[in-house]
Amino acid sequence: MSLAKPYKNIPGTTIFDAEMGRLGYHLNQFCMSLMKAENRARFKANERVYLDEWPMSEEQKLAVMARDYNRMMATGGNIYFLAKIFSSDGLSFQFAAATMTGMSQPDYAQMMLQGGRSPQGNMYEGDI
Amino acid sequence: MAKITAGVATSHVPAIGAAIDNGKTQDAYWQPLFAGYDFGKEWIKQQKPDVVILVYNDHASAFDMNIIPTFALGCAPTFAPADEGWGPRPVPSVMGYPELASHIAQSVIQQDFDLTIINQMDVDHGLTVPMSLMFGQPEAWPCRVIPLAVNVVLYPAPSGKRCYNLGKAIRKAVDSFDEDLNVQIWGTGGMSHQLQGPRAGLINKEFDNAFLDRIVDDAESLADMPHFDYLNQAGSEGVELVMWLIMRGALNDKVKLKKRFYHVPASNTAVGHLILEND
Repeated sequence: MSLAKPYKNIPGTTIFDAEMGRLGYHLNQFCMSLMKAENRARFKANERVYLDEWPMSEEQKLAVMARDYNRMMATGGNIYFLAKIFSSDGLSFQFAAATMTGMSQPDYAQMMLQGGRSPQGNMYEGDI
Repeated sequence: MAKITAGVATSHVPAIGAAIDNGKTQDAYWQPLFAGYDFGKEWIKQQKPDVVILVYNDHASAFDMNIIPTFALGCAPTFAPADEGWGPRPVPSVMGYPELASHIAQSVIQQDFDLTIINQMDVDHGLTVPMSLMFGQPEAWPCRVIPLAVNVVLYPAPSGKRCYNLGKAIRKAVDSFDEDLNVQIWGTGGMSHQLQGPRAGLINKEFDNAFLDRIVDDAESLADMPHFDYLNQAGSEGVELVMWLIMRGALNDKVKLKKRFYHVPASNTAVGHLILEND
């Protein structure tokens, strides 16, 4: 008997559940370390060296270096933790959100001004 | 006796705080949003609450992945604004109310809500943005605040029903506190938004407006909405709306709607705001 996880059917969405939290523990704690200025400086000086201090998977480390936020989410990252990375890069939530959608930031910003992404066609409509 | 007189609901988007802190509230982008809070700023000057129980969520500021309390009640005398990576917001520290907070903790734990008691905590935009929206930019906040941090970051958040019933337990706790106090309860976060993945930017005006309708006079059945509906229809971060149900549960079954406001967008998010008074 396994737990029901109907939210896995929601299109274009990763729900950060207890299982993802387990997979992403070190990735997210690495992100938290960037709250300290000295750690940000060390990370920026040599990202690979800094990441190697954390028991993260190779896939997680490569995703961080590539700033591939969808890959980071897929391997257990949570957006509020990942925000420490793009904040360290001097980038906004809207920038990071845009990169995850494959849109340019101006196109994404325009979509938001026009009322955001429509729920029509973007929700799971089947049985749960 | 202490008495809960009113509830406030509002989104707590960090970009709103940045707009206030950087003097951008009259920019064309932001002006319509801040206009929606003019009524509330005047209203709260008349109401003069002694204490606000402020329901919000931490965003990887005070809590990391080491400890994740579902309901954490702030019992400290003061709470400093958190450094969220670009320095703390230039807002006053929040003054707590340890006597009432510890009374609430004892009462609601005895009503079967196993709160975590927090005696040291910084508070992030989830708490300070609602304060700025309602009180503007004073030298010191005009009332005391009891923070109630709810986990909505690591799924599963508490259910809507659990939140609604916690509100009722808080109401009982406040009612049994001997000091004469005018207490408000605020529920924050939401409305529809998704900050991650290919579906980022989702906004659901129909969902949000139905939620704004139902939380006023159909809250009991609204509290039965499953998590899946929030996630699917209001976006992965839209599940924050369960926190509004704690506020609503602490009010009378019948309330007076004093203000309703809805605006899209603030950055990635739909903004909702309600003021409800106990009859």
